[in-house]
Amino acid sequence: MLRSISEWRGANQLLPAVAFAIVLVLWELVARFSGWSETVFPGPLAVLGSIGEMVENGTLLQHSAASLYRVTVGFYIAALLGIPLGILLGRVALANVILNPLIQFLRPISPLAWIPLAMLWFGIGDKPAIFLIFLSSFFPIVVSTAVAVGAINPIYFQVSANFCLSRKETNLRIVIPAILPDVVTALRISVSIAWLVVVAAEMIAVQSGLGYLILDSRNALRMDYVMVGMIVIGLIGVFLDYVMRRLGRLESTAWARKS
Amino acid sequence: MASIKIENLVKAYPNRRHHRRKGDPYVPGQMIKVLDDVNLEFADGEMVCILGPSGCGKSTMLKILAGFDTATSGRILVDGREVTEPTSDYIFVFQQSGLLPWMTVWQNVELGVRHMQDEEEKAAQIQEYIDMVELSNFEQHFPHQLSGGMQRRAELARALVVNPDMLIMDEPFTGLDFLTRMKMREEVVNMHEFIGKSILMVTHDIDDALVMADHIVVMGDTPARVKLDRKLTFDRPRDIGTGELAELRDEVYFMLGVSYVV
Repeated sequence: MLRSISEWRGANQLLPAVAFAIVLVLWELVARFSGWSETVFPGPLAVLGSIGEMVENGTLLQHSAASLYRVTVGFYIAALLGIPLGILLGRVALANVILNPLIQFLRPISPLAWIPLAMLWFGIGDKPAIFLIFLSSFFPIVVSTAVAVGAINPIYFQVSANFCLSRKETNLRIVIPAILPDVVTALRISVSIAWLVVVAAEMIAVQSGLGYLILDSRNALRMDYVMVGMIVIGLIGVFLDYVMRRLGRLESTAWARKS
Repeated sequence: MASIKIENLVKAYPNRRHHRRKGDPYVPGQMIKVLDDVNLEFADGEMVCILGPSGCGKSTMLKILAGFDTATSGRILVDGREVTEPTSDYIFVFQQSGLLPWMTVWQNVELGVRHMQDEEEKAAQIQEYIDMVELSNFEQHFPHQLSGGMQRRAELARALVVNPDMLIMDEPFTGLDFLTRMKMREEVVNMHEFIGKSILMVTHDIDDALVMADHIVVMGDTPARVKLDRKLTFDRPRDIGTGELAELRDEVYFMLGVSYVV
């Protein structure tokens, strides 16, 4: 009998750890027997030691906080500007005709291509990194919001007209609740993109953050610190996705999953 | 109450197809008529059922009546005033559920009376209509938590709470099982007799029309024309199996090109 994913999870709580255990063992074997030195290819135990060390002296927390701060700020600005602009594009045909070609043109340009300009315009420090995060999240949010508005069942607008809802009431009581489930999904996707971009952005213009930690450790030939950076990036990425998924379970979006 | 006069109503859509296909009677760019010179008159407080094959333009006519769509030429007068835009004087009841899925039953019903100043009076009125459609204790449920029949009843409560002159119903019994349909028929007729509102209902079901209507209209052909326009003065409850009603039933079946004897 084939079991479903949830049945397997219920059968044994440790199953999700199997792949991790295999990778850890292979990693340790390669580190010991490949002939690479400890400096080039540190084993899991050495990296674990480095994690302890960096947690103790506070550098890990400091770098993680710096990265999370930039992602949060850039992402919030993108959502605050992107969602209203998406609604405008979805609701006002003229705005769509005028702005959509520009957005479609800018969208495929990788945020990383903006790095030289970002540094020139915003100098060094948090600002260019936040700007790059903003760019990376802004376009997916705008486009997904506009698509979600376009996909609203026309019946809901007829109901709105029938009960004489004003434009403002239509936006607040019809448009926003109708697009909320799709927007939450779009936010979940863009937060992962933002997290990918922050690491790259921190390799250039800043002196803190997990991206900086990796670049700086490479320059110091501390591959164990590089690996610590990668592990923490992965962990925080999983955590961010978890938070966004919880957001998707809000009561105000429950109707979309059930109807 | 509302008397309705439909005068020389024509609705045509441009043909969106770019290439003419074999056997396609329409030329690209040409207008396709769905309603051709429809003239109808309904008295105050009538329960009207409009029958016709799918795609014959019945729903389009309802949409124009509700102000959701505009006529190509001709016009619809309600109490002597031409319909130009939607108004809460005539409430549309949709084919599939028109309830807003992110609102509870209570919030949906509240939609029509949201501007009432007196909160207590407003709450009492919402409760009254929810009770009337027998959804007491389901006020805080969302539409997806209700059965199809309950959803339809909630929509009726939402429509009636604004005290409209007329209800416009587009195949309101679609997707309901047989027993629920029978019950809804009865409820709509009771409601009609009790509150005396004009009801205009499109249906596929000839029996629905014969049991319920004061006035039936059969539309057909493409573009749609009126093929039958008749008042029914039979007392309710009606038996459509015998007498004049049975004859009329045969006539309508024949007119629509179908038979119930297979």
